[in-house]
Amino acid sequence: MPPRFEKVLVLGSGALKIGEAGEFDYSGSQAVKALKDLGIRTILVNPNIATIQTSDYLADEVYLLPVSPYFVEQVIQKEKPNGIFLGFGGQTALNCGLALDQAGVFERYDVQVLGTSIQAIRETEDRDLFVRKLTEIGIRVPRSIATTALEDAIRAAHTIGYPVMLRSGYALGGLGSGLCTNDEELQQRVSRSLAHSPQVLVEEYLTGWKEIEYEVVRDRFDNCVTVCNMENFDPMGIHTGESIVVAPSQTLSNDEYHQLRSISIKVVRHLGIVGECNIQFALHPSSDDYRVIEVNARLSRSSALASKATGYPLASVAAKLGLGSSLVEMRNSVTASTSACFEPALDYVVVKAPRWDLQKFRLVSKRLGSGMKSVGEVMAIGRSFEEAFQRPCVCWILEFRASWEMRGSFNFEISNPSYAIHRMSESLPYQKLSNTVIQSSGSMSSPISTYGFYRESNTS
Amino acid sequence: MNREGILVLEDGYTVEGRVFGFPKAASGEVVFNTGMVGYPETLTDPSYQGQILVLTYPLIGNYGVPAVAQSNGLNHEFESDRIQVSGLIISTLAVQYHHWKASRSLDQWLFEAGVVGIYGVDTRALTKYLRSHGSLLGKIVVDGVDVGFSDPNKEDLVRQVTVAEPILYGTGAPRIVLVDCGCKRSILTNLVNRGVTVLRVSYDYDFEGEDFDGVVISNGPGDPKMCDTTITHIRKLMQKQAPLLGICLGSQILALAAGGNTYKLKFGHRGQNQPCVEIGTDRCYVTSQNHGYAVDVESLPGAWEAWFVNANDGTNEGIRHRDLPFRGVQFHPEAAPGPVDTNFIFDDFLRMVHAS
Repeated sequence: MPPRFEKVLVLGSGALKIGEAGEFDYSGSQAVKALKDLGIRTILVNPNIATIQTSDYLADEVYLLPVSPYFVEQVIQKEKPNGIFLGFGGQTALNCGLALDQAGVFERYDVQVLGTSIQAIRETEDRDLFVRKLTEIGIRVPRSIATTALEDAIRAAHTIGYPVMLRSGYALGGLGSGLCTNDEELQQRVSRSLAHSPQVLVEEYLTGWKEIEYEVVRDRFDNCVTVCNMENFDPMGIHTGESIVVAPSQTLSNDEYHQLRSISIKVVRHLGIVGECNIQFALHPSSDDYRVIEVNARLSRSSALASKATGYPLASVAAKLGLGSSLVEMRNSVTASTSACFEPALDYVVVKAPRWDLQKFRLVSKRLGSGMKSVGEVMAIGRSFEEAFQRPCVCWILEFRASWEMRGSFNFEISNPSYAIHRMSESLPYQKLSNTVIQSSGSMSSPISTYGFYRESNTS
Repeated sequence: MNREGILVLEDGYTVEGRVFGFPKAASGEVVFNTGMVGYPETLTDPSYQGQILVLTYPLIGNYGVPAVAQSNGLNHEFESDRIQVSGLIISTLAVQYHHWKASRSLDQWLFEAGVVGIYGVDTRALTKYLRSHGSLLGKIVVDGVDVGFSDPNKEDLVRQVTVAEPILYGTGAPRIVLVDCGCKRSILTNLVNRGVTVLRVSYDYDFEGEDFDGVVISNGPGDPKMCDTTITHIRKLMQKQAPLLGICLGSQILALAAGGNTYKLKFGHRGQNQPCVEIGTDRCYVTSQNHGYAVDVESLPGAWEAWFVNANDGTNEGIRHRDLPFRGVQFHPEAAPGPVDTNFIFDDFLRMVHAS
């Protein structure tokens, strides 16, 4: 039997920026519920009063304090929990956990990190370690050079050859990353990124490759399932938060689907993830070639989507796995009779589309890139792609009308598929489309209504 | 493409849709598969011989159908050299397809193969009906042209899908005999890729005088009790204590040869997400499956034990002999389509062959 935990600390995601961390409330709340189910006393640190997880009926003790090493250490000192979960508060909680570990806080107060180990988290977060770890087992990753200074970045770009992709390490929402085609652009971006992040990465640019994600669950007995896979409508180069995402993948053959699935499982086992993780691939559109872009050893935006799309309670399962349960003994909460060790087979299509509010800003660029500009998301379920896709179209049209009435003029620059469709939806006759949608909405049945839609998608 | 097609079940339940592929009437046992990818592999799996297949995933044909590519006499993209189902029932047909390997649409492929399909069917409702009533016989009526119902499980289906003359694949040791009861191409490639010689023989092949190190009994269509000849031959092999691996129908044949019994499942397991627990361990594997019959573990003689069990419904998914090198798995370790997590079954078997 796994050791029994009496008191467990859960880190929330901290202050929410619109559209950037709403999904973490969803996963955090599920985790707290799972812990309560098991009769474990649950402490939550999250300063955001506008979240469900801080409601008084969920955690036993809520600290409305910033998710930063200083405050969390004080909570640990006062509450003396046996275990801590770092994976339910997004990047903020993960970074905070890494800092606490570095400062020796967990050791000092004898707090066990539940789920994925600190070592594995570090291996997914530090780009150099990550690349080394994956190369060990022959997994292909984008050619990438980590640098901490401008001169090194320029040298790295010359080694790989322009165009290159610039990413900042330890960043949320793709902050400061982007495409650079020459020294000048690179200089600009690197100086901006280094202001936020200690490390920048110069990477091989995979323009036009398919962007595929898998959600993988693993228990401590090495059982592994991929709960859902997703395909981005907008290929590599556009942030997932800016992209229309379809679950399950629509253009992959059996060989491709299972090649990537096997790689996901191989990677997750090698890293030693326990609980849930998200893995992103770039797949060449006309060959078997692939790259593993990144692994998130935590619940992410995509996990929330996958969870809602499949009805598989990822966060709840991840919390129980972190406490030592096995996937086999856990029941599937949808059927209540079958095992949680399964991969949902969908008989419907799920579309997630971003919502923007760029009209409010006069000089903002309308070009989508690897940074995130959307403020919310719409998710819809249908029996075909078209049916599911109508819902975001309606949302976009409603937004367009509002802004049209406000300002009376419009000027767009179309540079990416998602935004182009957003734009196209505006030129459709509003009344006609919405009528079709209203007529067909009767069949847009959601088998997972208990999970609700994304918090931000309140326009529909 | 706009002809009307009707699927009529033996109990009178009917569903209407539009015909694609080759417009002709067809009959068979109506079964459903829940896989989200892999229709080219699924449709060419010989275990579907005589069945009308319903796919629960609603968008079919998105990535077209690959061109035939062969090397070493083995087809890369398909599980056999023809479409095995007698009819296909789907919800939405992708008329436009796109994939770098695609050479034609699903519609074209079915047309060329002379197989009828119906699209525009509420496959979710049909599947729910089949789940509650069990697999039923059915027929596809096109433009009012009717046929009678026929029960494929009363026919000697294996004889229709087995190989006529023995074929030799690969080089190297050990030498494995593969009893082809409707063998999927991937079982062959999985063996050949592990560097062994495979002699693929027909289901009624007599092993007398044959030199071999191990025997694999393949998957195949229909009721295992129809395979009398194979069962008799396998029983002889058991007396010689030759290493045996049964896959799907092969596992059921093993059970029958050992003196056990098999029975028909209500609606079978057809999909790519069946969890199987290895008994006595904490390990669970997600497997690809396609079977309508199962082994009754209780009926097995004492020297045999259950090896895998289905985590969903508790049915048997694998058997093994406690002392002798006889093993059978109900799932498909070769996947295609489906997850390849149980590929190790082939390695285990070859280890067993080397050991004996």
